[in-house]
Amino acid sequence: MEHEKTEALVPVATQLLKWDKPITLECGATLDAIDIAYETYGKLNANKSNAILICHAFSGDAHAAGVDAAGRVGWWDAMIGPGKAFDTDKYFVICSNVLGGCRGTTGPSSINPKTGRQYATDFPVITIKDMVAVQKILIDHLGIEKLLSVSGGSMGGMQVLQWVADYPERVLSVIPIATSLKHSPQQIAFNEVARQAIISDPTWKGGHYYDNGQPERGLALARMIGHITYMSDKSMEEKFSRQLKKERLGFSFDADFQVEGYLRYKGDKFVQRFDANSYLYITKAMDYFDLSDKDLFPPNRRFAVKFLVISFQSDWLYPSYQSRDLVRLLKTRFVDVTYCEVPSTYGHDAFLLEIEEQEMLVKGFLARVAKGAK
Amino acid sequence: MTTKLTAYEQQEHLIIADLVHEQATVLDLGCGNGELLELLRERKDVNGQGIEIDDEAIYRCVQKGLTVFHSDIESGLGEYPDKTFDYVIMNQCIQEIFEVDHLIAEALRVGREVILSFSNFANIQARIELFFFGKSPATVALPYSWHNTPNIHFLSIKDFREYCALKKITILKEIFLTHWGQTTIWPNLLATNAIFKIARQGQHGHVSGDGI
Repeated sequence: MEHEKTEALVPVATQLLKWDKPITLECGATLDAIDIAYETYGKLNANKSNAILICHAFSGDAHAAGVDAAGRVGWWDAMIGPGKAFDTDKYFVICSNVLGGCRGTTGPSSINPKTGRQYATDFPVITIKDMVAVQKILIDHLGIEKLLSVSGGSMGGMQVLQWVADYPERVLSVIPIATSLKHSPQQIAFNEVARQAIISDPTWKGGHYYDNGQPERGLALARMIGHITYMSDKSMEEKFSRQLKKERLGFSFDADFQVEGYLRYKGDKFVQRFDANSYLYITKAMDYFDLSDKDLFPPNRRFAVKFLVISFQSDWLYPSYQSRDLVRLLKTRFVDVTYCEVPSTYGHDAFLLEIEEQEMLVKGFLARVAKGAK
Repeated sequence: MTTKLTAYEQQEHLIIADLVHEQATVLDLGCGNGELLELLRERKDVNGQGIEIDDEAIYRCVQKGLTVFHSDIESGLGEYPDKTFDYVIMNQCIQEIFEVDHLIAEALRVGREVILSFSNFANIQARIELFFFGKSPATVALPYSWHNTPNIHFLSIKDFREYCALKKITILKEIFLTHWGQTTIWPNLLATNAIFKIARQGQHGHVSGDGI
């Protein structure tokens, strides 16, 4: 079935669930009330068996698909929509902003009801487990007993695995993409450098910067580091090579090369939409993530959850061996797992860019899961 | 680039399907585009999965709703516990595997039984080409030249029987294919392809056969 592009032009709006029951976090602290920002696409069927939860990556938000009122296209729009991988003609797709984020769901930049001011660094340190617990509140609120699938790339993939660890009876299948059972020292190291870039910016002020504007230099620098890790040597060569911004070298410390200009541009854009404290909290949650060693599957538990695991060849931030480690664990537990390492030169960004291959895999896999669900 | 199955391959698939019991658990090593797994699912309602190295083939398998694992088959078996599967299938792949001895041992570990098929290098056509024309055989069952063949082992039915005796592997069933159908006489001379069902010794009876 061919769909007109115009269908996507109906603006999608982020909705807000105001949750006023206290939730206790993994660190022991309690949040008395939270907001959960989410979007949905497609229609929930009568027996509520066609719902798919999409988990966003580090800097994503609830706006995964379609175009919002401001004209912004969703971060995974190529994958979610009528006739696409997550086909909204068939499935009801949900995406929510993570706890600790800055795009509608409660995070360090939200107002602390006890003080009337932003939480800032008084916000408790959150974990991937906490993010997923908040997603479960949303899924309960929507009246969905069992999710047909949970999918996401990178940090989204960690949430996917956390769903299996914490609520295996609530998911039929999962699609973790370009992710890992645990953060490696290299992954922690990059996050730490990015955090230090923010913390060492004098305008960070221990996190209490909301009256004076956020530490833009530090946050932009953190994002520049991030972008290097999302690409590959080859994709950078293809995208920039050694091309200059101007006709000749400037013999100064201005951006001579296009790659410099690109990183500066990406850094500057990022500070307009992302909160520096959220950067600290969310990267910390990723670093704490570790479901290896029996945490994903307690030995006495049998699993009916079906897995589609996808990795990308040139991804050196979340290398394929991490996905294979996951698959190996699943095999030893007789779990139904399909694994594919998609050839790509895009590096970690591939999960946002290699659409055709992911579409083939996701469509075939979901069709099988949905058939079994009926 | 969907390649159509040859009549040989189709015949082989049907015979393999006959060797598998209903609702068995099956691992297909080098499952390609998944045609055999699909057939086994339709005919025997098996719980099947495949291992395949080619990414395009993986996409087609997943589109068929199959469970597949993207890997080379040599490194793909290690993590499976013993006797995970009722059958491990090695359909026309042992000729291409470097450490084939280790792989067959691994297949016999993770599967209760192993079904494997290969082209018989001692088939009369191959013998004629080598003996009378002095050329490496390129036949219907062995459709390659020396420079582009994926095969690194060239074995005959007699070779394989000797191998099973040496390794204390029980042969549960042997099926031999010729251009005109199955044969039971002079298989090492007449058969172009062979299908064996084998197990670790001490588990099952033995089907005897001759060897020219």
